[in-house]
Formats: sequence, C-alpha cells, structure tokens
Amino acid sequence: MKLTLKIWRQENATAKGKMVDYTIDGIDGDMSFLEMLDVLNEELVNKGEQPVEFDHDCREGICGSCSLQINGEPHGPDKLITTCQLHMRTFKDGDTIVIEPFRAKAFPVIKDLIVDRTAFDRIQQAYGYISVNTSGNTIDANTIPIKKENADDSFNAATCIGCGACVAACKNASAMLFTSAKVSQFALLPQGEVEADRRVLAMVEQMDKEGFGNCSNTGACEIECPKGISLENIARMNREYLKASVK
Amino acid sequence: MGGLLKSSVAKKFAMALSGLFLVLFLAQHFTINLTSVISPDTFNEISHFMGTNFLVQAILQPVLIFGVVFHFIMGFVLEIQNRNARAKNYVRYNGSANSSWMSRNMIYSGAVVLAFLGLHFYDFWVPELVHKYVESHPADATRYYGELVAKFVSPVRTGLYVISFVFLMLHLLHGFSSSFQSMGIRNKYSEGIRKFTVGYAIIIPLGFIFIALFHYINNL
Repeated sequence: MKLTLKIWRQENATAKGKMVDYTIDGIDGDMSFLEMLDVLNEELVNKGEQPVEFDHDCREGICGSCSLQINGEPHGPDKLITTCQLHMRTFKDGDTIVIEPFRAKAFPVIKDLIVDRTAFDRIQQAYGYISVNTSGNTIDANTIPIKKENADDSFNAATCIGCGACVAACKNASAMLFTSAKVSQFALLPQGEVEADRRVLAMVEQMDKEGFGNCSNTGACEIECPKGISLENIARMNREYLKASVK
Repeated sequence: MGGLLKSSVAKKFAMALSGLFLVLFLAQHFTINLTSVISPDTFNEISHFMGTNFLVQAILQPVLIFGVVFHFIMGFVLEIQNRNARAKNYVRYNGSANSSWMSRNMIYSGAVVLAFLGLHFYDFWVPELVHKYVESHPADATRYYGELVAKFVSPVRTGLYVISFVFLMLHLLHGFSSSFQSMGIRNKYSEGIRKFTVGYAIIIPLGFIFIALFHYINNL
C-alpha cells in the first residue's frame, strides 16, 4: 500500500519543529507500525537524510516505549494495544497518517517523536514503592491472605506500563490514571496499606509539581490505555487522598 | 485558592462539592417554578416566603451566591491550569474517539450558563433588590406571578432561556455524574447513580424549558 505520512520533525528540545510530509510505497498490511517507520527510515538513510527518531524497545507491548500519537489518538485507532502492536492493515491504500509525539508540558520533546517521560519516574520515586527488608529475610508475600477481588484489582492496576497514553489522550494532559494505578496497586494490598496515606500524598504532590493537568473525568485515558487501566483507580486515589488529607 | 485547595485532587473535590450543591439548588428552584404552571397563588405564596424569610435571605442566599461564584471561579482556574499543561497542541486531535463532547467542553457549556445567569439576575434578582431596598414598596405577596409572566412576553428572551437550558443540560450530563468520581465515590451503586444523574440532567432543564414556553404561549 502507498501512504502519505505527516510526521513531526524537531531537531532537538529547543528547536521549533514542524510537520514534514513523506510518501511511502510497498507497505504490507502485516507489517507493524514501527516496521513501517523502519522502512521509511531506511529510505531516508539511503537518501542521506536524517531518520525519524522514535522510541521503541520490546516491540511486544510490554515496555511502553513506543509512544506515538497517530491520527489524533495515542497508539493509533485500535484499542488495548501499543504502537508496536498496531498493524498496517488498520490503514488503507492512499491513507494519510499524521504522526506526532505525545504532547504535554511535562513530556518535553527531545527529538522528533521522542519525548522525555522521566516525570513518570519522579512520581514513582516520590513513593511508588513499599518499605520492606530485602536483606535476605524477606517474608513470602503469599503467606498473607489477600481477598481475591483486591488481588485482582491490584494486579490489574500493576499492569500499567507507564507509556503515557493517558496523558497524551487527556485534553488536560492529566497523569491521574498513571498515578492512581501506581497508588492503587499498593493501597489494595496489606503490604502497601501501612504507608498508603504518605504514599498518596507524596505521589499526588509530585504529579502536581510536574505540571500535569487536572482530571475532568472525560474517560479518554481509560479508552486509550493499552492495558485497559480503569477509571476506578482514579476514584480510589481521590478517596485515598481525601482520607489521608483529613487525618 | 489557598493551601486547602493546593492539590489537583482537592480542587476537583471542591469543584464537585460546589457542583452538587448547585444541582440541589436547581431541584429546589425547579420545584418552585413548577408551581407557577400549576397554581399562581402557590407560586406567589412560596416566592413571598423565600423573599422575606430571614433564614433564606440572610443565610441560604449568601451561601448560594458563594457556591455559584466559587464554582465559576474554580472552573476557570482549572481550565487555565489544564490549558497550560499542554504547551503545544496536536495538529490532529481525535477527541471524539475516546470521550463525549459534553465532557470535553464543560468550560463552554459552563460559560453559556454563566452568561445566562447574568441575564437571569438582570431579569429577576436586580429588580427584586430595587423593589425591596431602593424603592421601598409596601409588602405585596401577590406580585411575583405577574412579574414572572411579564418576562416571557419576549420571544427573544424566551429563546435565550431555552438555549441556556439546553447548555445546562449538556453541562449536567457530564458534571453531575462526574462529581461522584471526583469525590472518590465509585462502587456497586455507581451505575444506578449514573442513570439517575442522566435522568436528572435531562428532566430538570427540559422542565425549565417547559415552564418558559408555557408562559410564553400563555402570553400570546
């Protein structure tokens, strides 16, 4: 298939950047979106031009690196997948595809389609952990009985890969879904409950410091999340936060 | 907004709380207005009570005004912060693929309701203040129905009221149920709450539209 690609090109973090049009031919429907970009980059390199920089690593939907805004949606039009799992058969011959980096003040562009998502790391570092002794005397987590529903909800929250699609999709560039997933995965378990108050206060404070927007409950984050992280986590985080604030 | 409302979660909680308060007020306002369709005497009686009762005038009215002003100021504060959170907009943004128009445009539906409140205050609140405190007429418990009906002679004003109520409906369709999420309320009753809020968001504004059109048609 033959496609027109409109891709955001930006030399570096301080450069202005602009959309550049490319035409690409011979794309197979079974190719992944990233393989299509690989083909484009090969052509650009052969022509002596700068390849389009984009983040990628595992290419199997786990690492959360391949974060692209494709035709106005994070990870493209298909749901519950990352960009690397998006196949070219989703598009038709002659289509125009607009490819942009995830946009948020807290995710500054480094180059072309690559953004700096270390804001997520700093939210995690604020208190996205439990304080346990790991010196060799660690108690097996399975010795503590946990309600099945809580274990399931915690596991589901923990499937967040931190790709940033929630921020990219949100009209406010809010990071509430990511932060709430990280808060929830611990708050639901007895091991995490002990520090739940301090955790939620610290992580929300860091999230606000990073300059993410406020949640308007549009639900766009949940729809676009490749792991289907539920809005229920945001409600839980709000609850946890309000509870911790009045203590 | 002070230390209390420093965090994004607290701001959204306050926004939700003020919104729920205004939703309650709407139900009360609608109930009173509905009596104007059923019985002018009852409408006069209730209006006179509301306009002269010390508790309503000295406590409930200031609380209501604070609720309205707070909700609008906070709405604009949050909107400015949200816009700042995305330094550069997308060339293509397909918002309709993942969210409702109502949820994405609360600021616009809210701004229309705010503009409507300006007209509504000009129509009813300002004349009421002038009547009571500037011109100092003797108390007249029968004037309210006539004053209400007189406002709906104009097709332009009636039209503006109808349009405003449609925007109020759009605002409530997202805002009412969303306020529960902002307050952390999400449980087995959530689906029931959502259905109730949708019903409320449609019925109350439609009721206000009915009342406005009823008086307009009656005036013809």
